Amino acid sequence: MKFVDEYRNSALVAGLTRRIHRISTKNARFMEFCGGHTVAILKYGIRQLVPQNITMLSGPGCPVCVTDNADLDKAIALAKLPGVILTTFGDMLKVPGSYGSLQTARADGADVRIVYSTMDALQIARDNPTKSVIFLGVGFETTAPTIAASVLQAEEERIKNYYILSLAKLCPPVIKALLDSGEVMLDGLICPGHVSAVIGAKPWEFIARDYGIPCVVSGFEPLDILQCIGMLVSQVEAGRSEVGIAYQRGVRPEGNKAAITLMAEIFEPCPARWRGIGVIPGSGLKLRPEFQCYDAEAHFEINPGPSLEAHGCICGDILRGVKTPGECQLFAKVCNPEKPVGPCMVSSEGACAAYYLYGEGV
Amino acid sequence: MNERVLLAHGSGGKLSHELVAKHFVKELFNPILAKLDDSAVFELSGKLAFTTDSFVINPIFFPGGDIGRLAVCGTVNDLAMVGAIPRYFSLAFILEEGFPIGDLTRIVSSVKATAKEAGIQIVTGDTKVVQKGGCDKIYVNTAGVGSIPDGVAISGANAKPGDKVILSGSIGDHGIAVLSQREGLSFSTELKSDCAPLGGLVSAMLEASSEIHSLRDPTRGGLATTLNELAMQSEVGIKIEESKIPVRAEVRGACEMLGLDPLYIANEGKLVAIVPPDAAEKVLVAMKTNKYGGDAVIIGEVTAEHPGRVVMKTNFGTSRIIDMLTGEALPRIC
Amino acid sequence: MCLAIPALVKSIEGKEAWVEIGGIRRKVSLWLTPEAKVGDYVLLHTGYAISVLSEEDAQETLELLAELAKASQ
Repeated sequence: MKFVDEYRNSALVAGLTRRIHRISTKNARFMEFCGGHTVAILKYGIRQLVPQNITMLSGPGCPVCVTDNADLDKAIALAKLPGVILTTFGDMLKVPGSYGSLQTARADGADVRIVYSTMDALQIARDNPTKSVIFLGVGFETTAPTIAASVLQAEEERIKNYYILSLAKLCPPVIKALLDSGEVMLDGLICPGHVSAVIGAKPWEFIARDYGIPCVVSGFEPLDILQCIGMLVSQVEAGRSEVGIAYQRGVRPEGNKAAITLMAEIFEPCPARWRGIGVIPGSGLKLRPEFQCYDAEAHFEINPGPSLEAHGCICGDILRGVKTPGECQLFAKVCNPEKPVGPCMVSSEGACAAYYLYGEGV
Repeated sequence: MNERVLLAHGSGGKLSHELVAKHFVKELFNPILAKLDDSAVFELSGKLAFTTDSFVINPIFFPGGDIGRLAVCGTVNDLAMVGAIPRYFSLAFILEEGFPIGDLTRIVSSVKATAKEAGIQIVTGDTKVVQKGGCDKIYVNTAGVGSIPDGVAISGANAKPGDKVILSGSIGDHGIAVLSQREGLSFSTELKSDCAPLGGLVSAMLEASSEIHSLRDPTRGGLATTLNELAMQSEVGIKIEESKIPVRAEVRGACEMLGLDPLYIANEGKLVAIVPPDAAEKVLVAMKTNKYGGDAVIIGEVTAEHPGRVVMKTNFGTSRIIDMLTGEALPRIC
Repeated sequence: MCLAIPALVKSIEGKEAWVEIGGIRRKVSLWLTPEAKVGDYVLLHTGYAISVLSEEDAQETLELLAELAKASQ
């Protein structure tokens, strides 16, 4: 596959690995913010390739994992309303809320449908004019523009039965909150590749400038990740802190202007609750007042009940990179992909699920 | 044809008899079935294998097959995986009131063609009709009996360190072909399900060597789950190489797009064979000359290390543990 | 996070396009990449093209990586 296979070239992987071993002398802690990077790193065994002095940590870049229980409870309550079809990405189906998941709600009779795209959700709305089709809008800046586009398209086509439950979140604010908390000591940040394809590399500059931490935007193929680690190591060795791009083919420093404009047209920033972290100002997206007619929360009345946290679940600590999955009492013993207790285990790129499924290699 | 299945078709009366005679007996004709006694009576001696499976697939018609073909292949293959020659089958339908008779005829034709290819006879059956909403269009159950030739003793518990692991062809075809028809995930592809009866392939393999240790078809849960089952049953480790596993471009494309892993996607016309090292080449050659084994390849071997675990060497020389599928493989955006 | 995969634009109809990913085809939205042309590769995320891939940059990257890899032999 073009633009994929070339970046999985084993000879180049070996070459880049050798180079990293050669130039890396200092201990360094790199965090991959994005869950997709966590999965790729485990899938390709990157930890087995990098030298011992480099520690790789996983961050809270999994939009599924950071969805607060209370928000998920809202989605489930909406799904249970008569005449509602709740459309969602597959990732959210099994995440446990306070009283069950979307999957259990479906088993109880709620109309919950998995879609690959908001385009598919819109189609369901067209096909079911007497029902209310609500889209569960979970995601970061990669996904938010697609949700925005679907709202504009609904407006253009005068589709009146399409709504969004907006749980979209922004990355730079949460990274700032993480760094400000002082809990995690980092020597480098592997910046999310596809979020950056939308927002560009400039939003990460504050990290290099104000916190002295090198940042490099990485793609998801083995060569991208190794190139990124190589660039971070070079900066660490030279004592520099700048923003670099190890995903040039897909990411421009200024990002995707059309996508950014669309997002700003439909959404405005608002405070958002991040599971395990709490409320972070300006880290969420809500529909602007002129698009309220598409806002599920404004349109439907629900009473999800008080939000409850599962006992013993430390997903919050894991999301902040403060603890590893192995340090959770529930990991593998009680909490596993079959019977997940918290979202880190359900989401395919939650740290716990990734560690559980991929192991650490032999 | 606008005729639909009515509740009366399942009640045992005249309409039931008509349905059975016209659509089932006539199509699937054989002397045992034609007798229409309460039970099929036949003679079969020696060691026997017996299995059953129910089929609830949706959509019922998919590229490369349908629920009828699947219902025959599924049970044929379960018998073939213990080295049995599939012989006599039962076929039971649960139909939703209102199910189009035209669809039923199509499915029965498919059963007939697949049964013929697999060399089996449908000798008894049953039909029930439930109210609209009582089931999802049509559910099928098949049970089959087969005879195991003398000297054949194949089991998932027989794998030994040093054995080679052979895969009969590309993985993920069935699962992705079916997924392409699901609402909400639409993508188009020429890809067809690999649904096929493997009795002939297994016979050819047994002719090449009587020392096959284990056979299994990687259906639900995919290759990964099947290899784990074998590893656990035999209490051995299994090592495989990613570069050796055949995956069609369409399956790769769909999996990359939806965030799925071909290792966990269902196959309905493939098998995994665990064979002692000195028999591996012979068996491989026999497979490659069979219609359903053309792409057969040795993908790994059995080891005494890490019993119960499956480890895969990636294309970069790193390795990772391949676990069983837990839950459903859902498309993801993350 | 944010699974996105390179896809080849085969034809364009208004704001939508047919793309090909290793043998499968899908109708996708170009709302976010109105500049995409037939023959371009785009990054596809949940049915939307979020970026047009630059062949030039891709080539440059591979050449750079090949150099780095060679230098370490």
